[in-house]
Amino acid sequence: MIYFDHCASTPPYEEVISTLAEVMRKHYANPSSLHGEGAEAAKLIERSRALIASQLGTGSGRWLFTSGGTEANNLALKGAARQYRGRGDHIIASSIEHASVHDALKQLEKEGFRVTYLPVNAAGHVAVDDVKAALTKDTILVTVMHVNNEIGTIQPIQEIGGLLRSYPQTLFHVDAVQSIGKVPIYPERWGIDLVSGSAHKLRGPKGLGWLYVRDGVQLVPLASGGSQEGGFRAGTENVPAIVAGAKALRMSMERMEERGRNMRRLGEKLRAFIRTRPELRLNGGEPLAPHIVHFSYPGMKPEVIVHALEQHGIMASTKSACSSKDNKPSRVLLALGADPAHASGGIRVSFGDEHDESHIDRLINALTSVIEKLKPLERSSKF
Amino acid sequence: MIYDQIVLRYGDLLMKGRNRNQFEKKMQQQIKNALRPYPGVSFWKSYGRLYVKLNGQPHEPIVDRLKDLFGLQSLSPVISAESELESIRAAAMSLMTSLKQPPKTFKVSVKRAWKGFPHQSQEMNHLVGAHILRAFPDLSVDVRNPEVELRVDIQEEATYLFCEMIPAAGGFPFGSNGKAMLLLSGGIDSPVAGWMALRKGLELEAVHFHSYPFTSEQAKEKVIELTKRLSYYSGAPIKLHLVPFTDIQTSLAQQGQDNLIITLMRRAMLRITEGLALKNGALGIVTGESLGQVASQTLPSMNVIGRTTDLPLLKPLIMMDKAEIIAIAEKIGTYATSILPYEDCCTLFLPKSPSTNPNLHIVERIEAGHPNLTEMIETAIANTEQMILSPNKATTVQKAGEDSWF
Repeated sequence: MIYFDHCASTPPYEEVISTLAEVMRKHYANPSSLHGEGAEAAKLIERSRALIASQLGTGSGRWLFTSGGTEANNLALKGAARQYRGRGDHIIASSIEHASVHDALKQLEKEGFRVTYLPVNAAGHVAVDDVKAALTKDTILVTVMHVNNEIGTIQPIQEIGGLLRSYPQTLFHVDAVQSIGKVPIYPERWGIDLVSGSAHKLRGPKGLGWLYVRDGVQLVPLASGGSQEGGFRAGTENVPAIVAGAKALRMSMERMEERGRNMRRLGEKLRAFIRTRPELRLNGGEPLAPHIVHFSYPGMKPEVIVHALEQHGIMASTKSACSSKDNKPSRVLLALGADPAHASGGIRVSFGDEHDESHIDRLINALTSVIEKLKPLERSSKF
Repeated sequence: MIYDQIVLRYGDLLMKGRNRNQFEKKMQQQIKNALRPYPGVSFWKSYGRLYVKLNGQPHEPIVDRLKDLFGLQSLSPVISAESELESIRAAAMSLMTSLKQPPKTFKVSVKRAWKGFPHQSQEMNHLVGAHILRAFPDLSVDVRNPEVELRVDIQEEATYLFCEMIPAAGGFPFGSNGKAMLLLSGGIDSPVAGWMALRKGLELEAVHFHSYPFTSEQAKEKVIELTKRLSYYSGAPIKLHLVPFTDIQTSLAQQGQDNLIITLMRRAMLRITEGLALKNGALGIVTGESLGQVASQTLPSMNVIGRTTDLPLLKPLIMMDKAEIIAIAEKIGTYATSILPYEDCCTLFLPKSPSTNPNLHIVERIEAGHPNLTEMIETAIANTEQMILSPNKATTVQKAGEDSWF
C-alpha cells in the first residue's frame, strides 16, 4: 500500500506513539487538581506549550490546546467575532477556505455578521490588493488560510499581515493546518493574531489542535465549563496528546527544509507526468506547498479514479477529506474559475516522509493504466 | 543591519567623584556578564562611555538586554564613520534610508568633540543636512520639533551617527552599595521593592517563608520565578532563602491573640531575617511595605514590628500608591507571576480584624510568655534552605516529565 493522503492524516512517528502511551500511563491525574500529581500534569502541558512557542518563534501570546484544527478554527473565528462585535460586524475571508472556516463563517452570517469572500485568481491565490479594497471601518477580522488543503497553493500571508499592521482594529486569523511543519510560518513576525494548527497533519496524534492567540486578544469560549487554558477553552486537557503533539511538531519542524526539498522533487516528477497526459489537468499555480499535487480528469468522476488507484494499492483523495463524501463540485476549484465538470474531477496526491521516487513511479504506472481503462467511459464535459 | 556599535551612557555613577573608577569597573563587569549569551560582541571605552561593538550581530536583542541593566542612563545604536566629511555624509544617508517610518521633518545636531575636525558644528549641520535634503525631496527641516533628530558625534577616533536615544534603567551598577536581605512574599509589592533596591546598587538575598501544608508547593515556585526575574535585572545570580515557618506560625496562632497574630508573625520573620543577614553579611532588610496598605503597614504597626531589628529597614514603596506599584510590576515583568492564585503564608490565619494599632507591651508580653519562641526562631534559621537562582536556570516546568517525551 502506498499512502498518498498526507493532507488528510499522517502516520504518527514511532516516538510520538511511545510518548503518548507513556504519558497516558504515568500522568493520568487531572492537571487542574491541586495535588502534586495534578501539578505535574499541568507542568507537562506548560512545557509542551513552551516547546511549541519556541518552535514557531512566538515570544509572547499563548498557544491554546484544542480538540483539533476544526475546533481551533471555530474558536478563533466565532470567539473573535463574538468578542469584538462592538467594534464592527464585517469579516473578510478567502473563497477557498477549509470547511471548518467556511461553515463557521456561514454560521456567523446567521448571527448577523457580514462576510466578504475574496476571489482567487486562476492559479488559486488571493490578491493583497483585494484584501485592502475589502477592508472597511467595520472590519473586525480577516481570515486567510496559509496552504490550501485541496490544491496546495500558498497564500500571501506575510503581505496581508503587513497590510493589516495599519489596521489595529482588524484581527488576522490564519488557518495553518496544512502549512505548519511543511512551509515556514512566523506568527509574530508576520503580524498574525490567531493561527490554527493540527497535530495529526504532522505525524502527531489525532484529537489535538493548536491555536495561537496574540497577547491582548480575547476570545469568547465556544463551550462553557471550567477555566482551563486561561479561560479560553473549558474541558480537561488531553495531556498525552498535548505532549506527544508537541514532540511531533518539534520533529517535523526540525526536518522541514530537508523534507521540503525531497517532496518538491517528487512533486515535480509527478507534475511532469501529468503535463504529458492530455486527459489530465493540473490545478493551482506557484507558490505551492511541497507536499501536494492536485489534478483533474474532466469528465470522469474522481471517486472512480480514487477507487481504481486503490486497486493498484494506492491511496489518494478527492478534494478534502472533510467534504469528500458530498457529491458537489469542489468549492475551491469553482473559485479558481473551473467549469463544473472540471471542478468535480479533482484528485489530490499528498506525500510524506516515507515516499521516494519509486513510489511516484508506481503512481505514474497506475495512473497510466487507470486512464487507459477509463478513457472509453469518459463523459462529455458538457452535462 | 546598518548599526555597528551601541554606545552606553552612564547614569548616577557619574556623580561619584573619586570612586568613579571603581563604579565604572563594576558597570563593565555587569555588562560583560549580561552579554555572555552574545559571544560575538566586543567592548571598548572612552571617557564616560562604554561601546559595544556588534561585529555583525543584530542590535535589537542586545539593546533590549542592556536597557534593563542598572547604572546606565541611555544607549544608542550607532553607525560609525571615519571622521571625514564624505564618510560622515554617506553614513548619514544610509542611516536616514534605513528608518522604518520615513519622517517628514528632521534636524541634524552635530557635536564636534574633536576640535581638530576642520568644519565647525554649525557648518556641519548644514553640510550634512543639505546632503540629506537633496536625496529626500519630501523631507524638510524642523529645528524645534523634528520627527527625527540625526545626531552626529565627531570624535577623533571615529564619528558616531544615531537617531535613537533609548532610555535605560538608571540607578547604580549592581552591588555598588552593599548587600541587603529582601523579604519576598510572592505578592505584587515585594518584587517591585527588590527591583528598586537593585536599581540603587544593592546586592540582594531574598528570604521567603513557607508554611506547608498551609501554603502550597506552587507558592514556593512562584517565589523562585520572581527571584529569577530579579536576577535578570541584577545581571548576577541571587540567593533565595526558603525558611520553614509552619511551626512558628501554628504556635503563634495558638496564643489566643487573633488580632495580634500578624504583628507577632511579622516580628518573628524580621528576627529570622536578621539572623540570616548576620550569617550572610547583609547590612539591611528591604521590604515591600507601603504605608497604610494593610493592617501590618500602618505606622503604629510598623513601629511595633520594626523594633525587632537593629538593621536598617529599607522600604522603597513606602509612599507609593498601589496603582504606581502595579505599573512598575507590569513593566518589570513580575506582575503576571505575582497574581497567580497561590496563598503565601501572610494571607493564612488572617484574623477577621487584625490590629492596626498593636500595643507594644502586650506584644512583648505574649512573646516573653511563649515557651520556646527563641529556639523556634533559631531552628527556623538553621533549617533554612538556600537556592542560587539565575534567569536561565531551568524551571520545574522546563524539567517536567522526561526529556525523551519532548
